[in-house]
Amino acid sequence: MNWPFILPEIIIAVSAVIIILADLAKPNRWLSSVLALAGITAAAVFTFAGDYSQPASVFNGMLTIDGWSQFLRLLLLAVSLGVLAVSIEYYRKLEYTWAEFHALSLFALAGMMLMSSAADLVSAFIAIEITAISFFVMVGMLKDARSSEASLKMMLIGGIASAIMLYGMALVFGSTAGTRLNEISLAIGGMSNPSAGLLLGMLLLLAGLLFEAAAVPFHMWAPDAYEGAPTPITLYLSAASKIAGIAIIARVFTTAFSQPQNLSADWGVVAAVISALTMTLGNILALSQTNIKRLLAYSGIAHTGYMLIGISVIGLSQGSAGQANLLFYMAAFALAELSVFSMVIVITRYLKTDEISGFAGLSRRSPRMFALLCVGLFSLTGLPPTAGFMAKLFIFTGAVNHGLLWLIIIAVLNTVISAYYYLKIIKVMWMDEPAGSGEIRPGTPAGMVAFISAAGIILLGIAPYMLLKLAEGSLLSLP
Amino acid sequence: MGILSLTIFLPALGALAIGAIPGLSARFSRLIALAAATVSLCLSFYMFAVYDSAAGGFQFEDSFQWIPSINAGYHVGIDGLSLLLVLLTSLLGFISVLVSYKTELRPRAFFAWLLLLETSILGVFSSLDLLLFFVFWEIEVIPMYFLISNWGSGRKEYSAFKYVLYTLFGSAFMLAGIMGLYFTAGTFNLPELYQTELSLVAGSLPMAAMFFLLIIGFAVKLPVFPLHTWLPDAHTDAPTAASIMLAGSLIKMGGYGIFRICLGLFPGEAQHFAPLFMGLAMVSIVYGGAITLRQTDIKRLIAYSSVSHMGFVLLGLFSLHYIGLTGACLQLVSHGLITGLLFAGAGILMHNTHERHIKKLGGLARQMPVLAGVFTIASIGAMGVPGTSGFIAEVSVFLGAFSASSIAGSAVFTIISLTGILLAAAYMLTTLLKVFFGPAKPSFDSVADLTRLEKFYCGLLIAGIFLIGLYPAIATDVLEPAIAPLASLWGG
Repeated sequence: MNWPFILPEIIIAVSAVIIILADLAKPNRWLSSVLALAGITAAAVFTFAGDYSQPASVFNGMLTIDGWSQFLRLLLLAVSLGVLAVSIEYYRKLEYTWAEFHALSLFALAGMMLMSSAADLVSAFIAIEITAISFFVMVGMLKDARSSEASLKMMLIGGIASAIMLYGMALVFGSTAGTRLNEISLAIGGMSNPSAGLLLGMLLLLAGLLFEAAAVPFHMWAPDAYEGAPTPITLYLSAASKIAGIAIIARVFTTAFSQPQNLSADWGVVAAVISALTMTLGNILALSQTNIKRLLAYSGIAHTGYMLIGISVIGLSQGSAGQANLLFYMAAFALAELSVFSMVIVITRYLKTDEISGFAGLSRRSPRMFALLCVGLFSLTGLPPTAGFMAKLFIFTGAVNHGLLWLIIIAVLNTVISAYYYLKIIKVMWMDEPAGSGEIRPGTPAGMVAFISAAGIILLGIAPYMLLKLAEGSLLSLP
Repeated sequence: MGILSLTIFLPALGALAIGAIPGLSARFSRLIALAAATVSLCLSFYMFAVYDSAAGGFQFEDSFQWIPSINAGYHVGIDGLSLLLVLLTSLLGFISVLVSYKTELRPRAFFAWLLLLETSILGVFSSLDLLLFFVFWEIEVIPMYFLISNWGSGRKEYSAFKYVLYTLFGSAFMLAGIMGLYFTAGTFNLPELYQTELSLVAGSLPMAAMFFLLIIGFAVKLPVFPLHTWLPDAHTDAPTAASIMLAGSLIKMGGYGIFRICLGLFPGEAQHFAPLFMGLAMVSIVYGGAITLRQTDIKRLIAYSSVSHMGFVLLGLFSLHYIGLTGACLQLVSHGLITGLLFAGAGILMHNTHERHIKKLGGLARQMPVLAGVFTIASIGAMGVPGTSGFIAEVSVFLGAFSASSIAGSAVFTIISLTGILLAAAYMLTTLLKVFFGPAKPSFDSVADLTRLEKFYCGLLIAGIFLIGLYPAIATDVLEPAIAPLASLWGG
């Protein structure tokens, strides 16, 4: 039993429990924050220091810890740290569930970290459910009508998605007699032709997994959930849970279904088609949004589409290409979301409205926040010199190399569409007359998160190789 | 870091300083902007002076690895054409700072964006790596959006948006083309691409497809009919300094891109599709000129005249002939100087008279004699009167295009395009007549003429126009080694 490999997850889960117990004994606002911070830091230290040079199998093959896990663990830990730091701005609204909020965030984090290394259909399902259930509760935490509706919607659609996914898993198990991803791969290798049951199972499994990443046609929950949820949770959903969802698709499909070649190419093409639909629909629906959280929800859906290009490349190349580009994209996307949302949280809390029109004249009221927000929005658009540009460039070059030029043409045109609504936000902040006077100031934690992520965005936009090199060393272990 | 990189990035450093120093006063941000633009201009002049036109080729090169995994590098260097365009851009950048020196509205942000714009244009003209080229090409959108939307006039927000969306639309195709090139040749490096016989490499895309993907991006920027509709809006509503940069320097990126990439890397496709582009050039020239005749807003008039004049560039480029190519390159520089002067003059006119409607102006030669002189010189330049740079450029274009015997219908296209000169004379002369001559209007009696500063920068541009007009060798000597190898691809 080589449990040290999952020490980071254990630390996070234990910290969550300690936070609940400590809150029972002596409720204290700062204690929860400090404990969560300590847990995340400790987990990050162990993740960073661990030996990932050889893929390690944990719990009799339930989990595989490899370079891919390390990269994603660090990324998810960093995002969670950012989310918790930013949520301090949101304390007033979450006052009565402050400790629960922290504990659930950590449980969700543990679930997402497990998602990055699940090597068995059962452990994948458990990891997904840990994450999903934590999020159902957190989305409803405001306890007002919208928040409760969002939570209920997410839970119902999420429940259906889980059921579909389980059915898919059952079909895959029925065809291959295994739940270990590498056993499935071996069993498929022994078949002369993949059976219809297996193909249906794969399709249903994919459908269930796409729910988490909010891809079309399983995206319907996202705008409502994003709008109703407390904004830090919206950020968490968008920056972390989306990434974990994409990561587990990559892990499950690459490990289990990358042999033989035509099977791998099949799901690659399916991913490409879903990707085209997802980014187009996400961007077009984003055009008419007036609520910043809904707009960012649709923009996030569009970005799921771009990430699915990476999945498609992995499928078409049987896992031999596209992974590093996908990881880079995830990191760039997370940075952009952190920088945008941290400022959005500060502004919407101050103005008490989520409407974009409320942002009017921000460039005059708070020029620094405006600049940080612009960096994030430019990165989401994909303009140089930001990380978002490089991320898109890497994903696109990888795709062109695997014969997906049609998809890239759709993707670049989508980028133009998206420029319209991102710029619209900038236009409101830059041109329109401010509704009120007085500078809006972020608290230190939110300001720091925004500054660090904006600096990271520019740095990676100018010198992307620093991170790309790391991502190139963090690959999935293939069966 | 070499002198060329320094020239490119000095304005951006200035922008950074203006943006980052907290509580910087308007006065200091002006001074920083002026200093950065001046030094950049001096360095460009220095490079012009020491450029070895006997040796030719790309000089002042700087290169290092940037993203090794996709073989992209930071690689800059300039040949004769880039050199002239770099010089033009830094001159116009310097003048733009002077033009808007007294800006009261958010001066810090204004100068920061203006300098960033200058860096991105300089970068486009100097990049020898296609990825770097694209990055600079895209960066330009951001400052231009802010410059038009905030300091512009009229429907400025609409125009700024339109500008951004058109540009991004074009560059989306361009990016696909660049990737196609990359997967065909395995490199972004232009000198290496020139060495590769692309048609012999089995690429991911047919050559013609890449050619068209790339040229759409350039055609939007040049602009070529029917992709030109952003230009009148953007030019008209931009503040004077941005109009000067836009018309004088920025749209040259389109012509430059066609020369450097579409013609240089796809000689076969260029020849095959030359009749199409000569036809489009003809339409741009005639249609652009005809529309210009009907304009009543002075800035819109100058803007539409650019569509017509950029048509000459396209005509010269697709003549695929040494003289025609030289004419196109001269026209890029000459139009930059002339339109820069026209927009600078229009800016002064509008600022001092508070009037931009041609019909409401009149007889200003009496109240503003110096401005009338400046406008007259710019107009004869735009008409292509001998002695000005416009003449030498347009004559070369027509000579080259007319003698492009290998291209079907080139003589017809050229003869029809010649009416463009007639149209230019018509709209420039009527404008001069309506605005400056005729009975003086008493309402403009107290209008001030040019200040000393305004005389200075108009004088700089006028000197450039006559220098090239009277002694074209100063430009053609450096252009020759850049154009001759290209022209020899088609035997001309």
